[in-house]
Amino acid sequence: MAHATDHAAPAILKEVKPAVLPRAILVENNRSFAWITEKVCSIIEGKTPTWWWVCFALACCVASFTVAGITYLVATGVGVWGHANPVNWAWDIVNFVFWIGIGHAGTLISAILCLLRQKWRTSINRAAEAMTIFAVVCAGIFPVFHVGRVWFAWYLFPIPNSNYIWQNFRSPLEWDVFAVSTYGTVSVLFWYVGLIPDLAVLRDRFFKAGNKLRSTIYGFFAMGWRGSNRHWSNYEMAYLILAGISTPLVLSVHTIVSFDFAVSLLPGWHTTIFPPYFVAGAIFSGFGMVLTLMLPLRAIYKLEDLITQYHIDCMCKITLATGTIVGYAYGMEFFIAWYGANPYEGFAFVNRAFGNYAWAYWIMIGCNVITPQFFWFKKVRENTWFVWVLSIFVNVGMWFERFVIIVTSLARDFLPSSWGYYSPSIVEIFTFFGTFGVFSVLFLLFIRFLPIMPMAEIKAVTPQADAHAGHGHDKH
Amino acid sequence: MAAQPHGLIATFETVPDVMHAAEKVRDAGYKSWDCITPFPVHGLDKAMGLKRSIVPRFSLVGGLIGFTTGMSMIFFTGAVDYPLIVGGKPFFSPMFAFPVSYELTILFTAFATIGGMFFLNRLPMHYHPVLKYDQIHRGMDDLFFIVIDARDPKFNFAATKALLEKAGGKSITELEA
Repeated sequence: MAHATDHAAPAILKEVKPAVLPRAILVENNRSFAWITEKVCSIIEGKTPTWWWVCFALACCVASFTVAGITYLVATGVGVWGHANPVNWAWDIVNFVFWIGIGHAGTLISAILCLLRQKWRTSINRAAEAMTIFAVVCAGIFPVFHVGRVWFAWYLFPIPNSNYIWQNFRSPLEWDVFAVSTYGTVSVLFWYVGLIPDLAVLRDRFFKAGNKLRSTIYGFFAMGWRGSNRHWSNYEMAYLILAGISTPLVLSVHTIVSFDFAVSLLPGWHTTIFPPYFVAGAIFSGFGMVLTLMLPLRAIYKLEDLITQYHIDCMCKITLATGTIVGYAYGMEFFIAWYGANPYEGFAFVNRAFGNYAWAYWIMIGCNVITPQFFWFKKVRENTWFVWVLSIFVNVGMWFERFVIIVTSLARDFLPSSWGYYSPSIVEIFTFFGTFGVFSVLFLLFIRFLPIMPMAEIKAVTPQADAHAGHGHDKH
Repeated sequence: MAAQPHGLIATFETVPDVMHAAEKVRDAGYKSWDCITPFPVHGLDKAMGLKRSIVPRFSLVGGLIGFTTGMSMIFFTGAVDYPLIVGGKPFFSPMFAFPVSYELTILFTAFATIGGMFFLNRLPMHYHPVLKYDQIHRGMDDLFFIVIDARDPKFNFAATKALLEKAGGKSITELEA
């Protein structure tokens, strides 16, 4: 056999030439290194644009809703939120899971795509990681204030309290504390490490421009980075390891978030599909948010050469893939509810689709299962406006997914005598909408003061960064 | 007093140029020298004769400490210091201790990796003779440099300069210490 194959292989290879898939160009119009530096730095160095001030003022106004909502809650008591029997976990946990999910695309882009050597991540990863950190900040608000007496929130950490009773490590809610705080910390570290070389660029540019204050501040955080290749060698290794550990981290965080539900015994929550389904949903919503943020940024700052159509295509395809996984999970939940022959479980799902909250369920299906299917079409992916609108649908749909999971299961569980209908209080609504303001304030500050793209990494994926380009080796 | 020079710096315009020059400097037997590039250049480590980075060793130690911390903390708090029955579950089991230990493994690995990287790079170091070179900002923008340290045993002003010139280096300048 081996003999025959040896002879056959070259003959076939002569006839059928394997097609070489062309690598997509990641920086269009053959831009030089200096052009990339200039383009990214000019966003920070230029005068603050009027639209920025308008957006910033607006974002501050919206953020004040959260501040007001929380102040009122602390002053009055957690009862000002609409959760009560039977729905004791209401908008606060919905919003928490929603915001944490938003963050996941940032880590996915920076970590998993880094490990998979997907070079298209470079021009979007900085902004996506910033999005992650700000989303975690927004997420953190809800569980912290949900504990009621927020000044006791430190009880969640293993610090001996006055009664010397330790935390209950058997509870998934305690696992969540560790998962989310680790996630927040590692995301910040990862982001900062990625920023160091770019901060050094800004330090030098501001020094040359004679701006002593800014050069000192950027210089302080740049840690004296000087582009040494001995440094790059350790730096790249550290970055790779951070990517390697962030990958299981991002998967574990939403898995543990899903344990909050899956480890309980409530019909509709107690399912093994929750961890993968939550992770897929998180990535789906995260990419929705990345598209929502990056498309306007690309248009405003004319970044079409750096965030190319190929980048948008890739993000749309990931949204499509994860959206389809989420759709599959919805179907599989129904199947298992029927196949498992548990009457409570069966009821929970029929109730979701056709009960009191059917409106929320069908918004969820419409936004999460049907919306991404448009991304099968190239024409849709090429229409930036259409992609942007669809990405907003994705965000809305994923918020409703968390709402459906949490509220429908709690509102009607085992005993019809304890059924109820939950609607949010005005304070809850204000606090949640305010978090979009908090997020926007942080994001606007980010695009004004930090390089929105990793210049060093973008330079490394340009054709002229290839040492073998002139020797007829395969080009990147 | 004539300052002791820090070394010589040479400019290169393209990636292949600096790569070939680095190979020449490496082959000439220099040890205390460096390349300055605006981004990590693939293959330059080999051209400089650098060994694989040892950052992973820090990461491994950090990860092991993290996992042990998690497991022993949960064992101590739940089974030793204040045993409390909650929901009929055991005082300690590696099963329920795993998620927290897993997260702490990642947290400690991240700190160890970054700390290790800074330690190996001797950062933060806000002063370095190279940073005084007036063209150094281009090294983080679009040019490539090779710096040969005067402390290198093979350093000889004329010979080193000739080597850098032969390797294609432009505007070779002496760096003040």
